[in-house]
Amino acid sequence: MTQHRKLARWLIVLAALHCVIVAAGFFAPYSPIEQDRDRPYLPPMRVHIIDAHGHFPFRPFFYPLRLRENSFDQYEEDPATAVPLRFFVHGASYRLLGVVPSHLHLFGAANARIYLLGTDAYGRDQLSRILFGGQVSLLAGLLGAGVTLLLGALIGLAAGYYGDWRDDLLMRAAELFLALPWLYLLFALRAFLPLAVSPLEAFLLVVVVIGMVGWARPARLVRGVVLSVKERDFVRAARGFGASDLYLLRRHILPETSSVLLTQAAILVPQFVLAEMTLSFLGLGVPEPVSSWGNLLASLQQYSVLVSYWWMYLPALAIIPFFLGYLGLASALQERSSPYKIDEKSSWTLS
Amino acid sequence: MRKGRLSSPRCVVIAGLFLACAAAASACPAAAFPHAPQANAKEELLALPGEIGRSGGRLVIALRDEPKTLNPLTAVDTPSREVIAAMQADLIHINRATQLTEPALAKSWKISPDGLRYTLTLRKGLRFSDGHPLDADDVLFTFRVNLDEKVHAAQRDLLTVGGKPITVRKIDAQTLVFLLARPDGVEERLFDGLAILPRHLLEKPYEGGKLDQLWSLSTPPNECAGLGPFRLKEYVPGQKLVLERNPYYWKTDEKGNRLPYLEELDFIFVPSADAQVLRFQSGETDLISHLGAENFSVLSRQERGYTMADVGPGLEYNFLFFNLNDLSDKSSPDLARKQKWFREVKFRQAVSAAIDRQAIVRLVYQGRGAPLWGPVTPGDHRWVDATIPHPPRSLEHARALLKEAGFSWSTASNGDPTLLDSGGKPVEFSILTSSSNADRTKMATLIQDDLKQLGMHVQVVPLEFRSLVDRVLQTKEYDACVLGLASFDTDPNSDLNVWLSSGGTHFWNPSQSHPATAWEAEIDRLMEQQLSTPGYDQRKKLYDRVQEILAENQPMIFLASPDILVGAKSALANIHPAILEPYLLWNVEQLFFRNGAESANR
Repeated sequence: MTQHRKLARWLIVLAALHCVIVAAGFFAPYSPIEQDRDRPYLPPMRVHIIDAHGHFPFRPFFYPLRLRENSFDQYEEDPATAVPLRFFVHGASYRLLGVVPSHLHLFGAANARIYLLGTDAYGRDQLSRILFGGQVSLLAGLLGAGVTLLLGALIGLAAGYYGDWRDDLLMRAAELFLALPWLYLLFALRAFLPLAVSPLEAFLLVVVVIGMVGWARPARLVRGVVLSVKERDFVRAARGFGASDLYLLRRHILPETSSVLLTQAAILVPQFVLAEMTLSFLGLGVPEPVSSWGNLLASLQQYSVLVSYWWMYLPALAIIPFFLGYLGLASALQERSSPYKIDEKSSWTLS
Repeated sequence: MRKGRLSSPRCVVIAGLFLACAAAASACPAAAFPHAPQANAKEELLALPGEIGRSGGRLVIALRDEPKTLNPLTAVDTPSREVIAAMQADLIHINRATQLTEPALAKSWKISPDGLRYTLTLRKGLRFSDGHPLDADDVLFTFRVNLDEKVHAAQRDLLTVGGKPITVRKIDAQTLVFLLARPDGVEERLFDGLAILPRHLLEKPYEGGKLDQLWSLSTPPNECAGLGPFRLKEYVPGQKLVLERNPYYWKTDEKGNRLPYLEELDFIFVPSADAQVLRFQSGETDLISHLGAENFSVLSRQERGYTMADVGPGLEYNFLFFNLNDLSDKSSPDLARKQKWFREVKFRQAVSAAIDRQAIVRLVYQGRGAPLWGPVTPGDHRWVDATIPHPPRSLEHARALLKEAGFSWSTASNGDPTLLDSGGKPVEFSILTSSSNADRTKMATLIQDDLKQLGMHVQVVPLEFRSLVDRVLQTKEYDACVLGLASFDTDPNSDLNVWLSSGGTHFWNPSQSHPATAWEAEIDRLMEQQLSTPGYDQRKKLYDRVQEILAENQPMIFLASPDILVGAKSALANIHPAILEPYLLWNVEQLFFRNGAESANR
């Protein structure tokens, strides 16, 4: 029972994290592409509870930052004006889940702008960009994992069940795919595409590419399971009663692979989020001004940004809770399935 | 406003002759110049004003690439030119600080009133870095090889005036006459950068037809000679190129000490800009130039033993241009539709009016730059047309212009406007930038946001530089592009190929057989006219008109010019950064390390 509770705990954590990203428009105070050209590279602002005179105002507040004279990126707090933080304010419009139009934001301020995680080179709010960037990166990870598992499951089933030369062919293809230097392949692929790719096209491209590249590993795992399952007595019995191939696959074999697939999914999602980040970091992902965790980190390729603006590292931290969540889920899933299905466990280690 | 500006160069050209006499030679401490040959009474040396230095020391400079060659005839890449500039000398030289000409190997010159005949007198008693004497035959030889088509010399075009090569006649060992087919507007500036070659080393290979392969990096030092302050010492492939002091150099300081002061120049190869910053920061290199504003501020924040300087706007100008080429049948109908907008001058003016140039200067160059409305930067104060208007950013004006040109707007459900052309199609296009140039990509991103407010949907497409150039100049498959150019000289002729409609880098529509528009024809005419008009005032008037036509028709929408940002070890003296290349090394013969402060690394 503790295994179930563990599983539930990880699922709740992940659901909460995803809710924040899905409702990015609500949690982000501003639009992720709105430029505040007077405040580039503004450091994260501090929210105060006790003011300079030791008073304790009802609301938390912050001091707006102003540019130090003769400077481009050095700011100082202006203690003369304390701006109270407001909650549930109206601001930039956005669409919740891509459909419901809304203006409501969790927090904000009147007549001043609050940048909890600072701004980037164009004065865009880093917090908003991280939250909206998460939508792109996570969706790419989830869709990529979906495509991969679908392809992997189909190919693995076919290879394992039909065996023979079909097995050989598919497994050699899988090995080929594993051995491909896919990053260079992507660079080549990008060169053949039309010049201007809209953000949506670029996103789909990333998903398809991730999905296409990743199918080999789950396919090999599924094949292993199928190889052992198809020789089990209940499968032989069903075949003896005249069950068709399709029926056997659907009714008896596919269900046996479900725990492998689920565990694989939990492992693959964070991996593919990381793959999206790599692609965007190298400029192969979604183009400006749309943000993703990868292209938010791209500015760190410059030495000056690396040593001057520490808050540009923050997008790298965003992925950590998601990683922990998914890997925790994966291990909970594996624990749940292993005591009863020793055969499968051994077949995983084989492949 | 600008931090750490070095004292402005006080190197006023005192072009006076200095006859090194025996007394001066003995005043020079013998220990300082162990290899100095006996100064000979017949030597006509050039004395330079400036701080009197001490000799010795090694200067380490980072180059972004290995030089391709040491051959001044074939060198076109920046690293090669930078190294060659320290090894070779010209007859008449443009002082990089004053931007005026001054005598070099020629001690004086005369131009005939009709501008067709230049008489130059060489200094007496000069020697190449291998000790061989220089005379008029070397100059004759230099012109012969530069003008020989088979050599493919980079300067050949510059020495062809009015379609005919310059003829050179030797009058005596010291005097030469140059005959031009028609007057040349640049006058004596024409001789700048033309390295005088040693005939005794190069004549045989030239006759064997092997001149263009000569003087590669691996040439033995004794087979390579020049008249510059330094000569080849050693080349370590992939690591460094070492030059040593030329003991026969023909310049002295005011006290008669033979220049250069430095014993050695080490060029090390550091490929990335960030790595160069790190090397400079750690004290491994002594100079740094071609700095971006961001790295400049990183370096100035913690100045340790070095001084940073903002020299003000240089000659680099960045611009946005649209594809105005005549399209072949093969190109996409999509582009033909977009070109209807691009060809509309009001469309280009509207784009220009909507661009926030101040924001570009502030966000891209951290305020270390100048907004531009024409091709000539404020750094080129001799040629900039001050009457060109500098309209502030105005979206209203831009919208009014677009309306006049037949554009209209539709509003999407979320309130964002979309600009529609007269056919009702939304205005969408992409801007190419070079992916290796973060500054220009940033500019394009800012423009993208600026134009969004006009309802234009712009995509920024960073491309690898070579494929970008290929698209712009060869295949011509692009909508718009952000590029930058940096002239070598302030003179208008240095960008002739950009302004002439027949020019190969007439970016918006290169290599036309006939000017496509009336204003391009007028620019052609004005540029041709100023080519052969002697006298600054006349030429300035013609070039001003060119700048006005460009500002009015906006074939290029000029954006901003970055400041020249440099840094040098504080111990280095006589550093006078210039806005002309090489920014710091132009007076390398005068640089020296103040007492006990030689770079103590390696």
